[in-house]
Amino acid sequence: MNVEGTDLMHAFEEAPLEAASVEAPAAVALGRAIVITSGKGGVGKTTTTANVGAALAALGKRVVLVDADIGLRNLDIVLGLENRVRYHLLDVIEGNVELDEALIRDKRSANLYLLAAAQAREKEDVDVDEMQRLMEQLRERFEYVLIDCPAGIELGFRNAVAGAQHAIIVCTPEVSAVRDADRVVGLLPNDWSPELIVNRLRPALVRKGKMLSVDDVNAILRLPLLGVIPDEPAVIVATNKGEPPAFDPNSRLGAAYRAIAARITGEETAPAEVPTEREGGGFFSKLGALFGGRS
Amino acid sequence: MFEFFKNTEVFKTLFGRESSGATARERLRLVLLSDHLALAPDVVDALKAELLEVIARYVDIDPEMAEVTFEQRERELAMLASVPIKSVRKDRPSAPAQRTANGRAHAPLNQPPRRRRRRRRPSPAAPPNGAPSDGTLLAPPGTFESSAQA
Repeated sequence: MNVEGTDLMHAFEEAPLEAASVEAPAAVALGRAIVITSGKGGVGKTTTTANVGAALAALGKRVVLVDADIGLRNLDIVLGLENRVRYHLLDVIEGNVELDEALIRDKRSANLYLLAAAQAREKEDVDVDEMQRLMEQLRERFEYVLIDCPAGIELGFRNAVAGAQHAIIVCTPEVSAVRDADRVVGLLPNDWSPELIVNRLRPALVRKGKMLSVDDVNAILRLPLLGVIPDEPAVIVATNKGEPPAFDPNSRLGAAYRAIAARITGEETAPAEVPTEREGGGFFSKLGALFGGRS
Repeated sequence: MFEFFKNTEVFKTLFGRESSGATARERLRLVLLSDHLALAPDVVDALKAELLEVIARYVDIDPEMAEVTFEQRERELAMLASVPIKSVRKDRPSAPAQRTANGRAHAPLNQPPRRRRRRRRPSPAAPPNGAPSDGTLLAPPGTFESSAQA
């Protein structure tokens, strides 16, 4: 230690510029806070937050997931961490506990943390300034801060967006969801360029012309496409168990979330793929294709 | 029919593990109890541990086999304890002496704990200030009626 210290001193004398950079390290790069929002409820914001977070952590990124749905805590149960919630976001804001005490580390990944929402409280108990300060604090410590936004466009939405610099819009291929997503995009700051995840796509229905396609959705929203998640029973099973598929290296869904994570970090630059029906799909689906039932 | 079959123990034993639907039901039950109690899960664990500790002062119990659960009833939460008693403690009369550690007066040996309970009872029944909310109603409505008639 001492020797190194002396070396540094020498370096300081001989090359002051280099030494200066050692003495005063550049300001810590702040992480990126991304709000996951949709306007409409029930389109899969929480599931998306959990899985994209798990996938980012699997890529080695330090990630914290923030449940901003004050009064309707759910991210904990989707992640299977509901038994470990002791303190929540409001405890930190109100100074009841230190941030470290409220952060729950996910046992499945050393890089993934959760800050739970307060359950027996109301959205009015938080204000925009407090949220901004907390998000900044988290950005000092994590590369990615994913904020699970409550449904709606009122105070809860404004608080969730307050500390973010970026947004991911989750939208299902339904007219109501697309309409609400369009409204939410209009409420975000002008200089943001939100990105889109189309959730619960059913390729078979799209092929039959019974469901909006990803192109249909994006003809209206016109957002960069981060990824498309197929509607699969595995999602329901995963939520039942509190085990996000993004943790499972063999899961098709997990792969879809990992592709989204890689696009977020910039490791993947190819356009997002739209899932097709499973290879060698059932006999009946082939039969259906043969007769081309369109109605 | 299949739905029914799936819910049976036979299914669980045949296939070696619970269906994820069963897991979901149990996780939901526990998290809702924790929400309704407004106690964190680890606080509930502490409550259970302390409860067993108190019982163990009076009787010899098997903590491994003890079950303390909460149940959502029609209007209120109920705490249910099933605690197998291995034997009655021979040193039972001296057990209340432990309470002197809290600075409380020594309970006379001939005073059964029952009297203490009776004295406490009025306090939970008195406070409801009008609208009963979840979990605050400590006695079922029937009890209130019968005590009013008495």
